[in-house]
Amino acid sequence: MGEITLGQYYPSNSILHRLDPRVKFIGTFVYIVGLFLVRGPLGYLFAAACLAALIVLSKVPFRFILKSMKPIFLILIVTMLFNMLLTPGTPVFRFYFLKVTREGLIMAVRMGIRLAFLVMGSSIMTLTTTPNQLTDGMQSLFSPLTKLHVPVHEISMMMSIALRFIPILTEEADKIRKAQIARGADFESGGLISRIKSMVPILVPLFVSAFRRANDLAMAMEARCYHGGGGRTQMKPLRYAKRDFASYGVLALFFAICIILGRLGV
Amino acid sequence: MASIIKATKLGFDYVKYADDSETPEKVSAIREIDLTVEKGDFIAVLGHNGSGKSTLAKHINALLVPTRGTMWVDGIDTGKEEELWKVRQKAGMVFQNPDNQIIGTVVDEDVGFGPENLGIPTDDIWGRVEDALAKVGMLGFRDRSPNRLSGGQKQRVAIAGVVAMHPECIVLDEPTAMLDPNGRKEVLEVLRQLNKKEGVTVLLITHYMEEVVFADHVYVMDAGRVVMEGSPREIFSQVERLKELRLTVPQVTELAWELRKSGVEIPEGILTIEELVDALC
Repeated sequence: MGEITLGQYYPSNSILHRLDPRVKFIGTFVYIVGLFLVRGPLGYLFAAACLAALIVLSKVPFRFILKSMKPIFLILIVTMLFNMLLTPGTPVFRFYFLKVTREGLIMAVRMGIRLAFLVMGSSIMTLTTTPNQLTDGMQSLFSPLTKLHVPVHEISMMMSIALRFIPILTEEADKIRKAQIARGADFESGGLISRIKSMVPILVPLFVSAFRRANDLAMAMEARCYHGGGGRTQMKPLRYAKRDFASYGVLALFFAICIILGRLGV
Repeated sequence: MASIIKATKLGFDYVKYADDSETPEKVSAIREIDLTVEKGDFIAVLGHNGSGKSTLAKHINALLVPTRGTMWVDGIDTGKEEELWKVRQKAGMVFQNPDNQIIGTVVDEDVGFGPENLGIPTDDIWGRVEDALAKVGMLGFRDRSPNRLSGGQKQRVAIAGVVAMHPECIVLDEPTAMLDPNGRKEVLEVLRQLNKKEGVTVLLITHYMEEVVFADHVYVMDAGRVVMEGSPREIFSQVERLKELRLTVPQVTELAWELRKSGVEIPEGILTIEELVDALC
């Protein structure tokens, strides 16, 4: 325990790790939009080449990126199957009442590529950015929403506090679980319902303790003069460096190429 | 001399509802407390659970506002809402549970939290953070996650977080209660250094008698009142009175007291092993 962090940050010192989180955020967004703009094999080849270049630049071993695919693998297969079987068009293959169409096959391959690239692209962001930087980046990007009375600073403060307390609470859950086992609780046997029921003796003390912690923390924050985002300075404000501007240039170029390839339909 | 903390006739009541009924019941957590702390003092407040010592601490930081009497911190009445942040900057507070008072996910970010709230310019924050971490001997841990630190180290980070706000005094509410003996030693050493070298006023709330030995002045609380006050030697020479208050004296002091009772000629109020050795040999 204690090793658990949200996301899957892979510590390294690559150029992607050092980029401003805002650039990575916008970059991921642009990449996803780009993926849906291109339609032909050339377009996907281009997207794949860009992805490969990013992976090399990030210095993250490829298996870590593949790992991020694991949770969506099932969704990917199901989406591809549905696309394959349910798209109307000229049939190429029949199996009883199921028919696979030409259009369906193309659609399935296209969706599969899009989904896989989308997940890999965004996992590059989470692999190269600490959760803290992500929070900072989001706070900075969404700060214009403050004018619409969206509590941007408060939301990002909540996120970073949540990040800080995840390892503490997992450790505590583990402690409570062991304490309940020592008292004869059984978490291993029984059906689904009885297993869920057996979680109650863990969850109740965990919630009680979480609220106590929240109360303590709020007091500690007040004692250190915390009074919301107003009049607050930042110790580590985000500052764009030259490489960040250069990256925005590369992003714009990528986006332009995607639009052209999409228009040409190749 | 200017007094940094001054309380006159301080009292705090809260309303409690009994378990069985809805009848409100007024409880006085502290009452009639007079207290004066001079700048640069090391003050200890002793008392067993429920004696009101934490309530007193929270008044110094304006986390609680007196219902009777007045509390002044550096000449500011803590009851004044508009002076609230000034009071909290002047009187920093460290709590018992190290995990529940660290806000940052990295050590230096946590120390910077207070100065950020005060609106200190970015460059100055870095200076303050480095300075504060150096003072508690944690500069080498600045990039670490607080979750990987020991209890004593976490508590030192919490102290640095307060020091970075440049307070006049630091109030510590049982900072060592959850620490192992080594952690306790670390924290106390840091506090003594801060007090001696930096001239920071320290008000330490504790129920460990051993921690009180180095204080300039000791207050003993019971049932919301200050029942004893004086130098550690004065306090510890009254072993019987302390036992009445359900407080234990340090082992050496108790041993010396027993020896004295059975006729060995040694002075009253022995505080350290060295003193007892000197007295006996």
